[in-house]
Order: sequence, then C-alpha cells, then structure tokens
Amino acid sequence: MIEVISEDRCTGCNICVNVCPTNVFAPAAGGIPVIARQDDCQTCFMCEVYCPDDALYVAPHATEITHVTAAELEERDLFGSYRRSIGWIRGGRPRPAPEIMQRLEHR
Amino acid sequence: MAFPPTAASSVPTASLELDADVLVIGGGPAGTWAAIAAAARGAKVVLADKGFCGSSGATAPSGTGVWYVPPDPARRAKAMNSRWDLGGRLADPAWMRRVLDRTYDNVNRLAEWGYPFSDDADGRSIRNGLDGPDYMRLMRKRTKAAGVKILDHSPALELLRDDGGAVAGAAGVRRQKADTWLVRANAVVIATGGCAFLSKALGCNVLTGDGLLFAAELGAELSGMEFSTAYAMALEGGSVTKTRFYDWATFTFEDGSPIPGAASKGGRSVIARVLQSRRVFAQLDKADAETEQAMRYAQPNFFLPLDRVGIDPFRQRFPVTLLLEGTVRGTGGLRIVDSTCATTVPGLYAAGDAATRELVCGAFTGGGSHNAAWAMSSGYWAGSAAGEHGRHLRGRNRTVLRAGGVGIADGPGRAIDAAALTRAVQDEVWPYDRNYLRSGERLTDSLGRLDGLWRGARMAQAASLDEAQRTREGVAMLATSRWMYRSALSRTESRGMHKREDFPEKDDSQLHYTTSGGLDEIWIGHERAPSPEVEVLAA
Repeated sequence: MIEVISEDRCTGCNICVNVCPTNVFAPAAGGIPVIARQDDCQTCFMCEVYCPDDALYVAPHATEITHVTAAELEERDLFGSYRRSIGWIRGGRPRPAPEIMQRLEHR
Repeated sequence: MAFPPTAASSVPTASLELDADVLVIGGGPAGTWAAIAAAARGAKVVLADKGFCGSSGATAPSGTGVWYVPPDPARRAKAMNSRWDLGGRLADPAWMRRVLDRTYDNVNRLAEWGYPFSDDADGRSIRNGLDGPDYMRLMRKRTKAAGVKILDHSPALELLRDDGGAVAGAAGVRRQKADTWLVRANAVVIATGGCAFLSKALGCNVLTGDGLLFAAELGAELSGMEFSTAYAMALEGGSVTKTRFYDWATFTFEDGSPIPGAASKGGRSVIARVLQSRRVFAQLDKADAETEQAMRYAQPNFFLPLDRVGIDPFRQRFPVTLLLEGTVRGTGGLRIVDSTCATTVPGLYAAGDAATRELVCGAFTGGGSHNAAWAMSSGYWAGSAAGEHGRHLRGRNRTVLRAGGVGIADGPGRAIDAAALTRAVQDEVWPYDRNYLRSGERLTDSLGRLDGLWRGARMAQAASLDEAQRTREGVAMLATSRWMYRSALSRTESRGMHKREDFPEKDDSQLHYTTSGGLDEIWIGHERAPSPEVEVLAA
C-alpha cells in the first residue's frame, strides 16, 4: 500500500490525487496531499510512476502496513526506483540484446 | 447528502448534465479504443471512468502480450490452433480471424501514433507486447486528441433508458466533487472490465462487474459466466500478479521438499489445493543469468515487490499465493449478438473484459495476449457501431428514465452495508475450494447464501451519495457471483478453466455457450457453439 509521501520531495502538484485509480489521496489546502483512504490502495504503483518528483513510496504489501519511513527509503535509494525500472526517465532504459530477449520465448 | 431518492424510471437530474451521441463507460484499452473509433465516425463522445483514464484497470499497471500475428496463413493457423484445445474448442474461428486482422491494424496504428516498439536482431519492429503505463498514457492522449470529453473519477451508477427500453445514457457520481453526473446519449459502450471481487490482483480493484449489473438491469444477457475461475500467482501478501515467469519456477513446501505435480501451467490447481492448508514457495531456479536479464527488462513490475522486500527470486525461495482474477482473466461477460459487439439491448454495446471472450478464447483464460487483442478489437467495433447508431438518432427528443435498481432505488429496508456485503460475497467466491475447484454441492450451498443476500439487498433504501459507489459495487459483485455459480452449476462437466470435482471429464454433448441473465430470478440458457474441426481451423 501507499505508505510515504516525502515532505522533502513533494512539491504539492497533486498529480497523484488525479491519477490514483482508487482515489486514495486528497489535496490539502496550502500543503502537500495526504493519504486519505489508505485501505482503498490496491498497490498498483501507478502513483509512483506518475510522480514527477519521486516523492511517493508504495510498499509491496497489499494488506498490511510496514511503517517504513522516508529516511529509510532515502538510504535504500528506493524513491523513484520503479519509475527508473520501467524507463520513465530521461534517456529511457537500455534494452538487452535481441538474442538475450529471445530467451523468454523458449519456455 | 442523499442520492436523489427517486424511484427507478423517474426523470433524472444531476449536477453536471451532458448530451452526446455516444457514452463510453470505462477508460481502459477497450474504452479508449471505442471512444476514438466513435469519434472517428463523427460522433460526439463522452468517456466516463471510475478512476483515471490512463491508470485505471488491469492493463495500465502491467505489461501485456498482444495477439499480434502478421497475415501469413501458416502463422495465423498456428496462432489459432495454439489455444484451441486449451479453450475447450469453444472459440469461434470466424471471430478469431477477424480479431487477428483488427489487432494487426490497430497495433500498427499504435506504431504510427508513436508507441515506442523495440526492434529485433534483424531490425524488425517487435509488436507482440505492450507496456501498460506507456500504452495507456498514449491512449489517453489519443482519446483527448480525438475530441472526446473525459470524465475522470466519475463512476457510473446506472444506465438511463427511453420509454421503449433502448439505452439513453448513464448517470453516476463525481467522487472528488461530491456531486452527480448524467450523460444523455443515444448509444452506450460498456467497457467497465471484468470482475475480480476486490482481490487486489494488480490493477483489478476498479473491476467489480458494474457494467454487467447496469446492462442486466436493462435486460442484457451474459455468456460464459462459468469461465470465471482465473487465479493468478503473486508474492504472498502482494498484488503483482504476473504469472508468466513462474514457468521457470520450482514449487516447494515450507520444508523445501518439492510439491508433486505443482506448476504454474497445468499444475496450478495442485498449488491451490496445497494453499488451502499449507504455504507454497517458489524459486525461479530454471532461469539462467541471461534469462534473468531478459525478464527484468520484459516485466519490471514482477521484480518490484521482490526487490523491495529483499528477495532474490532466482536464488531464494519465496512464499506465493493465488489471487482471484474472476472474469478479468476468465472469459465470461456480456453476450454479444453480432459483429458490431451489440448486446440484446438497442443502442448498448459491450467491449473488452466486460464482454464475453469465449469467441476468441473459448473456455480458457483470455489473460495476456488474447484479452489485449480482444480489448482493442471489440473496442474498435463497438465504438464504430455506437458512433453510427448515436449519430443516426441525433436530434430525436427521447424520454430519459432511470434504469438502476438495487442499492440506488428506494426500498423499505435499511441501506446496504457495502463493506459487509462485499465481504460476504468474497467469502463465497475467493476460496479455492468453492470457485477454483467446484462441486455441485458447494455451488448450491454458496448460491443459497448469495440468493439470500440478494433478497435482503433488494429491499434496501437508496444509498447516500457518499456510499452509492461502494454500494453499487457490492451489488454488482453479488449479481456477478450469482450468474457465475448458476452457470457453473449448469455445466455438469469440466471444460477449460471450469473444473467440477463431481464431473471431472469433458462431455462433448455440452459443447455450447451458457447464457444467463436476470437479477431477482436468474435464468440459464444455451447457445450453440460453432465447434468446427481443427482441420477447418488450419485452412
């Protein structure tokens, strides 16, 4: 579930409020958005993908809360890690050679 | 704020009222293709999505294969035969051919629109797969560019009808504005996806069977609802249901000993049986370093939860579970009566996972490439036909009445407790020994309780505006579960994904489509399947 909105990273653009398909976030007057309906989070990671500031962290646990902190996530370099892995960053991501990608066709 | 406590069939009003030729409900692949196709026919189009068109649904957070096969007769025949037996020979070769044709054209159009396909070793563009985030971001962009008005965070609650019973639009709530919307339209495309019963399978929690309920309230029929037993593998406690890479896995008990017969393909029911009492562990030990590299590129989201909890799936065992995907990767849905994806209700069309996919997949999961091909093909056909139909009826002054019933029409009882109703339905459809591994006795047992829940729900007073969405989702899941189990009870054989412990064999006298419908009383019927021989397929 969504667990962390980094106060240091978030610029309050509210894109997450808009893109979350299950309406988990709510805008807050004069501040950054809040996680208003955490139970509704379906752990789809779309908010992370769309966050331009890599300020969100969705723990992979769909039903329990891990209480991870922003400081721990900074230390493990996890903010923005999914966006990097799908190539939604400048320059995209390198594709392995075609003969390596063919390995997936044989099973 | 109370939902307008008007009885069904009264003239509706809303905070936002729009007129259109076509309303598309649902903004996933099927809905966006439908909206673009309708706009291309000159129709004025509105698309309403429960969440956000671009991130909603099973495709956006995922990656998917696409049934993209160049028009070479040998390759097409091979593609059609590949799942023929798996699908219990219930697919329709004529539909398979036209889906292959349509998908080929649509995917090529994605390339023209700038979708970033990669090249193979010979420099040819590889077009048999799509990354969900990229695909759906592009589809939103193209939908807007086509002039379609998108209503995000606007769950539909019911269809509207005219006094002759034809569809006349839909109404719902704008949940971020705490008010209501209504679109009068001469044609409506149901593209609301399948029903996964809020299992948290990746991207599936917006898929609660809403469109099936709305359509059935207007008298639309369903088909193949017994093919609703899709369960996908995920890390225990997680949501990422990417099952493909488990083809490289060995499955073990907690003590490390292998589980006899367990496999992702052809041995998943063994895993389901074990999971009823014990944990199951997987390790992708059949993949070498280069395969790992290819996997990480092909489906980064498979590794996301594992990386975050610090598991190396190639070198460590990790616990897995099976999450219900219901009709999302099953094949049942609204019955389609002609090549335009029309339902039995005038003006009402169905596309994507909301429609039956038996025509292309038969009785076996449409997950992955076939569903993706079906979504873009059926969306295109439904949208094109809805565009023509809607424009043709433009300017007619039609009476517009509400068609929604249970949960939003007023009854004498207390309002539905949506959370309790949802849990009660989940208790009947989530368990492996009720849905995955079926028996007549247990289906009948479940139906007794589900029918009781329906009798209670239909007496309820209308939900408040705040609770209307969840209430209707609960009612839709309840209705879906009853069509599923009634259909499953009537198919006294095992075929494709539908497995009956009391009828473990295939019975070719039941080579038919199971149709269903109705709400208070559910009816079951049969439609003949085309069932040609494999030789015909190869021709």
